[in-house]
Amino acid sequence: MKTITVNIVTPDGPVYDSEVSMVIAVTASGEMGVLPGHIPTVAPLGIGAVRLKKENSTELVAVSGGFLEIRPEKVTILAQSAERATDIDVARAQESAKRAEALLQAKKDDVDFKRAELALKRAMNRINVYEGNI
Amino acid sequence: MASLRDIKNRITSTKKTSQITRAMQMVSASKLNRAEVNAKAFVPYMAKIQDVVASIAAGSNDASHPMMTTRPVKKTAYLVITSDRGLVGGYNSNILRTVSNKIRERHTSNDEFVILSIGRKGRDFFAKQGMTILESAIALPDHPSFADIKEITRKAVGMFSEGAYDEVYMYYNHFVSAIQQEVTETKVLPLTDIKPTGATSSYEFDPSAEAILEVLLPQYAESLIFGAVLDGKASEHAASMTAMKSATDNASELIDGLTLSYNRARQAAITQEITEIVGGAAALE
Repeated sequence: MKTITVNIVTPDGPVYDSEVSMVIAVTASGEMGVLPGHIPTVAPLGIGAVRLKKENSTELVAVSGGFLEIRPEKVTILAQSAERATDIDVARAQESAKRAEALLQAKKDDVDFKRAELALKRAMNRINVYEGNI
Repeated sequence: MASLRDIKNRITSTKKTSQITRAMQMVSASKLNRAEVNAKAFVPYMAKIQDVVASIAAGSNDASHPMMTTRPVKKTAYLVITSDRGLVGGYNSNILRTVSNKIRERHTSNDEFVILSIGRKGRDFFAKQGMTILESAIALPDHPSFADIKEITRKAVGMFSEGAYDEVYMYYNHFVSAIQQEVTETKVLPLTDIKPTGATSSYEFDPSAEAILEVLLPQYAESLIFGAVLDGKASEHAASMTAMKSATDNASELIDGLTLSYNRARQAAITQEITEIVGGAAALE
């Protein structure tokens, strides 16, 4: 089976480097599946999970903020933060989800609201990836 | 001549100081190792992002972005990266001197520029000069992760987009080697000098080149700043290590000198005692 190399890099160092058969990521314009031999593409990523399909397993990586660079034989994901399911600090994510929810309830001005919303989204994404229900 | 006890006291206290400086030197050395590893981990990210930015900039001439266009400069921002504490030799003073000189060269009044400061020393210095400090980040950990400085980089880039200032210069100590650091000036924004790297491949953009630049350029600028912070941290630990090494060397030199005068004083005391005894015995005869 044909495979494609996937690299996930963050400012704090590489997070993932492996051969997979398919990459599915959430881009700004919707979900995008990448198979080997894809046309060179660049797309911004949203907050979401990247699914890395291998022959008989699927790995999940939580990413937020960044973009996806595709070449026929290689996919590079540049994200400001990325964590594999096993590296996620789920207690911290739950904590920040709670905090963000409390902020949303309080409803102050627009800026805070937006930030809280994003924080909640990131936290929920981490929790989902950790639990594996995508 | 100082008394024997005085000299002895000075020797003991200098020894204690040198023990402390030696310990600090070793701590800095190990921190420097970590900092170099961190800086290396960042390289692939930066290289990749540069690659993509360059190929977009080269591939599509019509793709422009406010962050890439030069506008008339009404206000300049200086982003200065210093350390939080002293005991780092010339690390902070070099950088602060360079920035002050540049500011004096380029501006006539304090209204023409603002300071963004990473590090306590820089913040205190510029505040004392009565300059406007728009943002500051202090008490960064010794090995900052991107999350630690996200706040200030986002603000620095965001305020440029909002028009609070029209260009951003960044100053930091570039790590050349453990004994050499250079003050470096980089123009962060607007991003005008993006050089196309050799391997430019043409990409499809989803949804459009503009939308990509919208995401990519702030991230690129923030990465530039983060890279400088990592570089600055490595320099800081190196400078601290060198400073502590020379402090330790000075202390042992001092101890050698003091030991010599201690021995001389002791010898003089003995000689004097003998002379007194001999003199006393002679008087009895």
